[in-house]
Amino acid sequence: MQKSLLIDADKCTGCLQCEMACSVSAEGSFNPSKSRIKIFPFHDEGVFVPYTCTQCDEAWCLHACPVEAIQLNKETGAKEVINDLCVGCKVCTISCPFGTINYNADSGKVIKCDLCGGDPECAKACPTDAITYVDANWTGYDKMKASAAKAIPGQPAS
Amino acid sequence: MSWTKKVLRVNLTEGSCTEEPLNMEWVEQFLGQRGLATKYLLEEMDPKVDALSPENKMIFTTGPLTGTMASTGGRYSVVTKSPLTGGLACSNSGGFFGNEMKNAGWDMVIVEGKSATPVYLSIQNEKAELVSADEYWGKSAWETEEGLKAKHQDPLLRVATIGVSGEKGVLFAAVINDLHRAAGRSGVGTVMGSKNLKAITIRGTKGVGNIKDPARFFQATQEAKKVLAENPVTGEGLPALGTQVLMNVINEVGGMPTRNWQDSVFEGASKISGEAMLEARESDGKANLTRNGGCFACTIACGRISTIDPEHFTVKDKPEYQIASGGLEYEASWALGCDTGVDDLDALTFANFLCNEQGMDPISLGSTIASAMELYEMGALTKEDTGGIELNFGSAEALVKTCELTGLGEGFGAIIGMGSQRMCEKYGHPELSMTSKGQEFPAYDGRAIQGIGLGYATSNRGGCHLRGYTIASEVLGIPIKTDPADSDGKADLLKAFQDATAAFDSAGICIFTSFAWTLENVAPQLDAACEGDWTPERLAELGERVYNLEREFNYAAGQTGADDALPPRLTKEPVKQGPMKGQVNELGKMLPEYYAARGWNADGTIPQETKDRLGL
Repeated sequence: MQKSLLIDADKCTGCLQCEMACSVSAEGSFNPSKSRIKIFPFHDEGVFVPYTCTQCDEAWCLHACPVEAIQLNKETGAKEVINDLCVGCKVCTISCPFGTINYNADSGKVIKCDLCGGDPECAKACPTDAITYVDANWTGYDKMKASAAKAIPGQPAS
Repeated sequence: MSWTKKVLRVNLTEGSCTEEPLNMEWVEQFLGQRGLATKYLLEEMDPKVDALSPENKMIFTTGPLTGTMASTGGRYSVVTKSPLTGGLACSNSGGFFGNEMKNAGWDMVIVEGKSATPVYLSIQNEKAELVSADEYWGKSAWETEEGLKAKHQDPLLRVATIGVSGEKGVLFAAVINDLHRAAGRSGVGTVMGSKNLKAITIRGTKGVGNIKDPARFFQATQEAKKVLAENPVTGEGLPALGTQVLMNVINEVGGMPTRNWQDSVFEGASKISGEAMLEARESDGKANLTRNGGCFACTIACGRISTIDPEHFTVKDKPEYQIASGGLEYEASWALGCDTGVDDLDALTFANFLCNEQGMDPISLGSTIASAMELYEMGALTKEDTGGIELNFGSAEALVKTCELTGLGEGFGAIIGMGSQRMCEKYGHPELSMTSKGQEFPAYDGRAIQGIGLGYATSNRGGCHLRGYTIASEVLGIPIKTDPADSDGKADLLKAFQDATAAFDSAGICIFTSFAWTLENVAPQLDAACEGDWTPERLAELGERVYNLEREFNYAAGQTGADDALPPRLTKEPVKQGPMKGQVNELGKMLPEYYAARGWNADGTIPQETKDRLGL
């Protein structure tokens, strides 16, 4: 069963534990500037939004890569950067509509979320369950359940 | 080792930025942050220098856990000589500035001298330079952060800056980072302003690594996070209500200083409590609290993010304040509210916004306004002095107007900016200043709660709750419940809290973890992160060493045992109402017990044998 990262911005407090978990796993040090997942604080609204690659099926980055350095991991569904092949041309960073694949000037390669091979560190590190790793076919389960709960007799209509 | 082992030394007089190695011998003895920077300051500078002269130094300092995944591991402190107390200033802040400093490759930044013209310090990894800040001088902390991010075209820039109050010499000016986190107390922002240093900007991309034993570190930090999550205070109370969880609790105990400590119960407390911040208001159906927020690496997330009712008089027709921003913590709500008798939640939130915007310590500000209100009501301060403000207790309009003026250091605001001790002296009533060593007390009545009163008298930075939070024991029962009204045993209790706190601070973590953690939880995280064989016992000893080192600084600066004092209102005027009616603080009994517990002489000096025992 394929799984997917599920992000609930309502629960995010902006603590960056996810960014540290990601960077220490991928780069070996606590380094938010090298994280594949980013938290965006919208200060004036008082909202924190975690954002990372959604692992598109028809992945723009994968198709754009001229050297086939981005490949599908069939088990996890992740599009992974093969470092030995990546030439740092950055075409993928231009093609991605979401901005979730980026160049790392220190390594000369691009970096993106690879779902940590099926055990994403960000989800494990999140203290508020704003990031979870769930059945890819049922990312709407909790929202659907909350809607369904409104049918319980005696519940307020809203 | 989780250290970068590098110190950035910035000489503002010469305009130079140089790199030097971190003194690892001192790290061994004083750990980091609070302890280590105090050692640097004492070794490098004569504590007798004028705090606002170029001779004073200012140290921005991190701890070994700063920048790591240890929960709350994002703290930094600003250590300098205080213009408010004349003793040591050591103000701790969260947000995202401390970790960025470490990510840029610096454990510590030492600022010395004075620039001829306004500058800011720009740090991008190893590259550090002083840049003209002419265009930011006269701007608020908010405008400065926004302007610097735009100038550098870098939304990820981290900024610590002063507002206008720090430029104008308001003696309790704060350093603000990330718009609403503050190294708040003792006038560290005033020192920054005196040096013509407007701001420090940092971008760091190097990462914090060199963990001594990564596997053990992850296990230890995971276990410690679980302890925080499962604790009722750090896992439920603080995220839901913030430190404002205390407003109703302290009021019910009868320990709520009200109207400049004339009363000890505030009738309006429930209206400005953490619970009140959750209630939907009539105008737009929204609550004051927009959401809770966490500082870097914090798994508690006590931070308040608030929005003021757009119809409220403070923000009506001012769209720039109709945004979500840093909301009321308990201390600010108390000082700006209970102590001034104002129970208007949105007015207090606005006053708190002003503190963040112009960089002021809300405790000293609110407390100074409260003492001014008492002076005004007794006629010692007139409408002529206040520039026409009717400065009565309970007036939200007077409070807000006074906060605005103080933020700009203008008119009557310049008088408030002297702090309560100097202002009360100026108007002939020094006894009405609720301070120790010149610094205003925080939100717990030291008559009703004995240990905290002893803490105010003996704190190394003057009136302060964060040097030995005995409230944990005396009110909340952490780790064991003691009777707040009983002075027996409070000397030993306070010493234990003061020493442990110095160790928490020196590690680079937040003191709020200590609601759930003891040194038993801190030691394994530290020991896995860095060299030093850190055990709970070694950490307690370290804390005691740091506390004594700070005392040495203050003595060298000219303080004596006579400064371990409380104003007569706390020792001679009994509590007027509530459960603690009739009580005064028994400082005369507790102080000798405290000196004995510390191994100090009867006059408060530190004997050589105690210094020897602590390796000082």
